[in-house]
Amino acid sequence: MSPEQVLQYIFAGITVGSIYAFVAIGYNIIYNTTGIINFAQGEFVMLGGMISFTFSRFIPLLPAITLAVLITAAIGGIIEIVFIRRMRKSSVLGMIVVTIGISILLREAALYIWDEQIRALRFFTGTEISSVNIFGARISPQVLWVFGVTSVIVGGLFLFFKYTLTGQAMRACSENDRAAKLCGIKTDTMVNLSFMLSAGIGALGGCVVSPLTQTHYAMGTDLAIKGFIVAILGGLGNPIAAVASGLLLGLIESFSISILPMAYKDAISVIILLIILVVKPSGLFGSKQASSLKDF
Amino acid sequence: MKRYYPVLILFITIVLIQVLTFLTGKGFLLTQLTMSAYYVLVGIGLCMVMGYAGQISLGQAGFFAIGGYTTAFLTTIDFSDKAGTGFFKILDTLGLLITKETLYGDTITHLSPWISLLAAVLIAGITAYALGIPVLKLKGHYLAMATMGFGIIIYRIVLGTSAFGEADGISNVPAFTIFPGLELSGDFTSRISNYYIAWALVIAAVVLMINLINSRVGRALRSLHGGEDASDAMGVDTARYKVLIFVIGAIFAALAGFFMTHYNGGIGPSEAGVGKSVRYVAIVAVGGMANIWGSLVMGLVLNFLSLRGVFGHFDDAVFGVILVVMMMFMPEGFIRIALLQDIRSLFNKFIGKNKRYEAKQGVDNE
Repeated sequence: MSPEQVLQYIFAGITVGSIYAFVAIGYNIIYNTTGIINFAQGEFVMLGGMISFTFSRFIPLLPAITLAVLITAAIGGIIEIVFIRRMRKSSVLGMIVVTIGISILLREAALYIWDEQIRALRFFTGTEISSVNIFGARISPQVLWVFGVTSVIVGGLFLFFKYTLTGQAMRACSENDRAAKLCGIKTDTMVNLSFMLSAGIGALGGCVVSPLTQTHYAMGTDLAIKGFIVAILGGLGNPIAAVASGLLLGLIESFSISILPMAYKDAISVIILLIILVVKPSGLFGSKQASSLKDF
Repeated sequence: MKRYYPVLILFITIVLIQVLTFLTGKGFLLTQLTMSAYYVLVGIGLCMVMGYAGQISLGQAGFFAIGGYTTAFLTTIDFSDKAGTGFFKILDTLGLLITKETLYGDTITHLSPWISLLAAVLIAGITAYALGIPVLKLKGHYLAMATMGFGIIIYRIVLGTSAFGEADGISNVPAFTIFPGLELSGDFTSRISNYYIAWALVIAAVVLMINLINSRVGRALRSLHGGEDASDAMGVDTARYKVLIFVIGAIFAALAGFFMTHYNGGIGPSEAGVGKSVRYVAIVAVGGMANIWGSLVMGLVLNFLSLRGVFGHFDDAVFGVILVVMMMFMPEGFIRIALLQDIRSLFNKFIGKNKRYEAKQGVDNE
């Protein structure tokens, strides 16, 4: 393998890894405030791509994407109010089943609105054939957009959770729901906000990668699984570690294609998941003591 | 004997349905009823895992595929060039090699489905055991994801391996002659006998489950569902029972896969998909989790309607709605002994009068 080829694989891996990270960040935000894994997270990515595609035919790209993010965030909020709020005191088993049900419903709704066709948002800069030469590897400018947006999101989230009052309130909910309530934090609002935030971030991710990976009504399931693997790999509840492990998984998958048949790509990431779950369920970057206190 | 009354009712219902389809000339319905029976079998196994042991499994379709693909693979290899040699000679004298003529006049020799039946059960059982020991230590989301992960691995393997036919699956699976005159196949003439084979299998499974539930194992399982730590503290070997029931559930699914494959004459990768696993979970949920009869009735009704194409394009959506609605409004399931009382307490719950019901719900949900 020539150095250029290696670089090419690395860029491909980071691109795929970024989208996994988007899904994993969404998982973590919701998990942090509610202790729920929202299996419909992959569908938000799909909705982002689909909605922005529809709008982009009538209005410029930037407002189309903004609208898509806002609409998906609203959908996330509605899902929380209609389904999750009522269920929150239910068992984990019930929660898993409900979010899987929601993901099926979103997918089926998308099938009826947008049919089975594969769609792709147009490239943000240039076209599908334009490329940038970086140390001999040729990559699409869209890849740089993906990197840029991922970095902005991660940085923004970090600042949001660390310095804003709302972000701190959301973290308080994850630490101790009841204590947060006693401090005057409206936990219901925070949970709602977390759903909107993670839906919005998922949708943004869906828009940014749509030109590269295309958008299909059934893409959510695979993304949900990959995103979950990444979230576990990084340690559940840690959005920043999710990005690191997302890139890691992207790289592993990217290089596995060069050794093994393409068809086994997904099996490899799932095997990684099983190994992590059995050997170190707290994740690569997670603390064992902290995770033993959590109720998965 | 009282516990077997429902089994008797089930038997009578099955016979009645058959007679009814015969009298009304709608014998073609038996095909879907037979297939439903095999899906019901998976549901009964999952009902034990989810309802009684309280462990979610989103990988049941994987075990179904193990059963189906094992037999499809083993019974479609042609051994005719090796038939006279060593090991195959022994098989032949035992009657475990079947030689017959194909449509094109060639003779092929393949393994008897009895061998593949044994292999299917063994492979599924061993896989479930090996998977269950590490994975069943996990709880909640992690367990759900780990079992789903197993399902995905199986799906990817059958989809990506040329020996398993990749996206086409394996077809031309021979009929399974259980004993001379009784053949497991999708042949038009043996429709009625196949209907009874399928439901006899279901009845056998139900009887086994009823006995298991009312035994020491069953009590241990229920205590497990109630509170794993508590039952652990009472000296119940929770890990062992969880794995045991997981293995039983897997074997049921593999058996269903085995029979279905011989009945349909083939199997495709869609049977291994995650969507199928979710569907099994939906059926157990709508049947009321720890309720074999609920799973059986809802499994029969929903699978039958789905196979008949009643839901049309909304097939998946229907199962999605079922999952959400059941979990939100009827976490105890739809089919219950006290269905009437359920409706009343649901009504009371909405107007907020029945505090006792809410308190009970609270305890159940813990």
